[in-house]
Amino acid sequence: MSDKKTPVTVLTGYLGAGKTTLLNRILSEQHGKKYAVIVNEFGEIGIDNDLIVDADEEVFEMNNGCVCCTVRGDLIRIIEGLMRRKGKFDAIIVETTGLADPAPVAQTFFVDEEVGKKTRLDAVVTVADAKWLKDRLKDAPEAKNQIAFADVILVNKADLVSEADLEDVEARIRGINPYAKLHRTTRSAIALDQVLDRNAFDLDRILDLEPEFLHGDGHAHDHDHHHHDHDHNHDHHHGHDHHHDHGHHHHGVKHYHDEEMQSLSLKTDKPLSPDKFFPWIQNLVAEDGPAILRSKGILSFKDDPDRFVFQGVHMILDGDHQRPWKDDEKRESRLVFIGRHLPEEKIRTGFESCIA
Amino acid sequence: MSDHSQSVSITERVSTVVTGASVIAIHFLKDKVAFVLAEEAVLLLAPDQDVPQRVALHEGGILASAGDGTRIVTGGDDGKVVEIDAAGTTRTVFTDPKGKWVDQIALGNDGAVAWSAGKVAQVATRKGDVKSVELRSTVGGLAFLPKGFRLAIAHYNGASLWFPNAQAKPEFLEWKGSHLGITVSPDGRFIVTTMQEPMLHGWRLVDAKHMRMSGYATRVRSMQWTANGDYLATGGSDQLILWPFSGKDGPMGKQPKLLAPHGKKLVIVACHPTQPVVAAGYEDGMVLLVRIEDGAEVLVHSAELNVPVTALGWSGDGNQLAFACEDRVAGVVDLA
Repeated sequence: MSDKKTPVTVLTGYLGAGKTTLLNRILSEQHGKKYAVIVNEFGEIGIDNDLIVDADEEVFEMNNGCVCCTVRGDLIRIIEGLMRRKGKFDAIIVETTGLADPAPVAQTFFVDEEVGKKTRLDAVVTVADAKWLKDRLKDAPEAKNQIAFADVILVNKADLVSEADLEDVEARIRGINPYAKLHRTTRSAIALDQVLDRNAFDLDRILDLEPEFLHGDGHAHDHDHHHHDHDHNHDHHHGHDHHHDHGHHHHGVKHYHDEEMQSLSLKTDKPLSPDKFFPWIQNLVAEDGPAILRSKGILSFKDDPDRFVFQGVHMILDGDHQRPWKDDEKRESRLVFIGRHLPEEKIRTGFESCIA
Repeated sequence: MSDHSQSVSITERVSTVVTGASVIAIHFLKDKVAFVLAEEAVLLLAPDQDVPQRVALHEGGILASAGDGTRIVTGGDDGKVVEIDAAGTTRTVFTDPKGKWVDQIALGNDGAVAWSAGKVAQVATRKGDVKSVELRSTVGGLAFLPKGFRLAIAHYNGASLWFPNAQAKPEFLEWKGSHLGITVSPDGRFIVTTMQEPMLHGWRLVDAKHMRMSGYATRVRSMQWTANGDYLATGGSDQLILWPFSGKDGPMGKQPKLLAPHGKKLVIVACHPTQPVVAAGYEDGMVLLVRIEDGAEVLVHSAELNVPVTALGWSGDGNQLAFACEDRVAGVVDLA
């Protein structure tokens, strides 16, 4: 029972973006690892040594009064079956259909106790089509969900569009989800360690909630790259100082505001009161859970020597004391939300009322 | 938290069996104990033998099994349904053409076998005729009704009752949520499902009246009727939960009987075939015999190893109980 949990990577991407190509790459590369792959149709994949499981992508609502609390029942069943064969594979990859919402997949790992005990959600990886993503963001809510949800995004088929178009599509992605790691790829070619074993859902890894504003693979992370000025309390990634619906360059990076899906970041260096914060956040996700796709936070509570970290998917929250604050560390609380028509003022005011 | 040092212990009478692999179910085949392994095979242990005979059944994981004393039928992730008898002879009952996982199995009194792969449930009669039905979503559980050739099927948002020999569509019993396990009371009056949420749902068949049985700490993974059908014994809590079903309303408006509190989750129950006694297996490896009448407990296996009990099974005459714990520890105790 003390074995470490099996990591699960969720692969999403709109139809034709290059998801299956990525999957085939993962499976065919010489990495010495074995994967159990949960797919929706036995398709062109099928590699010896790997366990391919056919799923039906069946979503149901939990009986807890929240319409957004949907779970993939088939995944629970399959993962339980797979875990009986412990030792036969190193990791699990779940490929979703192009039209799938990633939330039920992610929520499955938080909702089912046995699944959560034996596996851990590693990251949501989304493959986006550099040429067509902008159109899909307009006409396909699923495509937008997949971007909003992602921890890692492959801007694929990068060879088919110009540099200017690439920057533009990246700016569109950032307008929705500034926190995901972006990679430009051609035919889904990417180093596997950039998509697998990311620990993106690991509470211990919720360290840096700075937006990922650099494109590429992040090697050139110069931290003087302040994309816009923060005021002392919070920075906001869809600030009203940005022009809506048309990009502009800001320290060399284009910004877009997506009318529907945004991220919201809150920050304070004043300690929070746990007695105020927990009821507030629970109430917030209970009321606005359907709008909030993902949330993450690092919190500094009054008279508490430990950092508290949490993350959430819609109304499901998971949090824990992570480690003591270091002496040279700035004790501040940060929260980020990615969601649809987020009630920004309500969230800001609520957050400020949690200050101890 | 009861103090088991005061309880009667029969741990010394347990003969240990080395299974070498995880056990998902235990059935008795005539006088042999059959340990169904999580992968590939079943181990048959004959009386007066120390080393079990290994019989291969599947190429891969074994997902479900059912036994009736003379045969065991298993379903595997190789898409096969395989039958084995006490002599160790095997027969492939069915092979899914697409290799879909066969993860539910049930046996009928008349020799019929039911299984499911995904949304499709199938039944083979003793003569070998196969009928199939497609449900609205993946099958969570299967159980034959005690009378008539009828199968109860759990799935999303309810359960279906299917007459394999009839043309008519299955009767649908609706209740929102994901229904996983299913069982029919021995008198055929009630159907109960386990749900994804920590609760059971039941229907009285005569009027489809609903019964909600909640209060569990976790999802219920094991339930079984006591010998006389008076109670439905379940795991899913840190004690043995017994729902009363003897009255005409079943457990409606009644409280369950709570026995054998332990502070650790009870994961598996197995009811004695003739006496009002339940074997209870906990997540820390403890196995207790619990007498329903007065809650008296007998310790069969201690919690020393702290690994969950994965399977329990009674011999047909109730003289032997076999158990298995994760990490390959198993045992048989003779109670006669």
